[in-house]
Amino acid sequence: MWPAAPTGPSFLRKGVNSLKYVIIGNSTAAVGAVEAIRRNDGEGQIVIIGSERHHVYSRPLISYLLMGRTDEAGMKYRGDEFYRENRCELKCGRTAVRIDAGLKRVILDDGGYESYDRLLVATGSSPVIPPIPGLDSVTCKFTFTSLDEAKALERALERNATVLILGAGLIGLKCAEGISGRNVKIVCVDLSSKVLSSILDDEASGMVKKHLEEHGIRFYLGRQVTRFEGNRAVLDDETEIPFDVLVLAVGVRPNVSLIKDIGGRTGRGIIIDERCRTSIPDIYAAGDCCECVDASSGESKVMALLPNAYMQGECAGMNMSGTDCRFDRAIPLNSIGLFGMHIMTAGTYRGNTYSERDGKNYKKLFYSDNRLNGFILVGNIERAGIYTSLIRERTPLDTLDFGLVCRNPGLMAFSRKMRAEMLGGVHQ
Amino acid sequence: MARALKNVKINPRIRVEEGDGISFAVSCRHCPEPLCVKSCITGALTKSGGIIFIDRNKCIGCYTCILSCPYGAIWPSENGVVQKCELCVKTVEGTPRCVAGCPNGAIVFEERGE
Repeated sequence: MWPAAPTGPSFLRKGVNSLKYVIIGNSTAAVGAVEAIRRNDGEGQIVIIGSERHHVYSRPLISYLLMGRTDEAGMKYRGDEFYRENRCELKCGRTAVRIDAGLKRVILDDGGYESYDRLLVATGSSPVIPPIPGLDSVTCKFTFTSLDEAKALERALERNATVLILGAGLIGLKCAEGISGRNVKIVCVDLSSKVLSSILDDEASGMVKKHLEEHGIRFYLGRQVTRFEGNRAVLDDETEIPFDVLVLAVGVRPNVSLIKDIGGRTGRGIIIDERCRTSIPDIYAAGDCCECVDASSGESKVMALLPNAYMQGECAGMNMSGTDCRFDRAIPLNSIGLFGMHIMTAGTYRGNTYSERDGKNYKKLFYSDNRLNGFILVGNIERAGIYTSLIRERTPLDTLDFGLVCRNPGLMAFSRKMRAEMLGGVHQ
Repeated sequence: MARALKNVKINPRIRVEEGDGISFAVSCRHCPEPLCVKSCITGALTKSGGIIFIDRNKCIGCYTCILSCPYGAIWPSENGVVQKCELCVKTVEGTPRCVAGCPNGAIVFEERGE
């Protein structure tokens, strides 16, 4: 079910000493948790420990900042009064270095500690720095996962600079779009032969690559940098690329050490159950640092997307403050625009396929065992949420006109009974 | 975009689906647990007084809400931000325009049990 749908009695009765909640991390999952806790518990103390010296901001907006489509004020994920209205104490510019689960304390980098009754680890992820020989000799290099990094990159860009971006994934391409309006030359290298290889099939990837090339991005795909010589990258086919600025966007790694170091279960991410609990009592995790079951495939994975982070945070907050709540609908999903081309993906690409191509519009649906598993959309993305819902809810496809919904996402494909519930407020 | 009379393209916040002997309007359900609000990357979508609103200055047109809405009730607007029904109750009639305007009274505005 969805978080914030109470299923059982609250064990938080009046008269019990109020709880102290500590949240490590000050981004989307933290906000989800705070908002859920405050719905249940107006009294408990909330302390947020954030390493970035900023009011909580929307991380995906850093490329829009570079484009000039927003500013730092516009990037705030919640209003200025958020911490005050929710009575949260924010300790920013502080990093948690260790958790003492026995004493229930979080030890901080300044030697101090924060005791907790309930703890949420929402530490996000860190960019991967590839171990390429000579990387140390590159003086002007950046990653692209934070506001401070985006601002530093902006200061380094000069007219006619050549920017070399390693990685043609979501971060690398949004970075390319972000800086493209500044008279810079953009070159992008990726080991994969496809752009957005983690989420697109060959056809969709080809459409995106062509569109990006039309906007001046130069790609070297299926190749990697084997060494740097000052401001020159040498690829595995001996191609040399001189550059002025380097952006590393080859991937991110969940920040799991706080839990891993004390024996908590981790895979690639911190392993959480449907209640966002880690394997350690009274410690929860949410957001890009954790992994959980992907409802579209049944496999455990990291699904580092903002909607999941918010809903995991919310689910953790509900459970931390005494309302039993499960979030068992996490799926991979992406909505990304690149130079006006819209792309949406969700779920798992397994099973039979239905596909349509009409010029700049492409649709591919994946289904098996009477369930929609995943989809890819390029161009026309209208009403895609109807497909997303079929995946999340594991809706049996024989309860609707599947042929119709493939051609046209709409509620017409649902049965009269289902429509009465969806549109008529009738509860079955 | 839908087409109104005289083939004029319109971009309404309520859309009519037409099929085999049936038609019905679809607009935002102002869900109690709104997936669009929870998924919005900027915080442009908020819920207040039971109504879900879009701050068109904060929206950057990422369309994550369109990806999330199970009813397909959010659409791109002409200028790239999103749009949807915002329950225009501040009308002369005190009811949303679509309700007042429907000649058959097919759209009903009332509380229905939770």
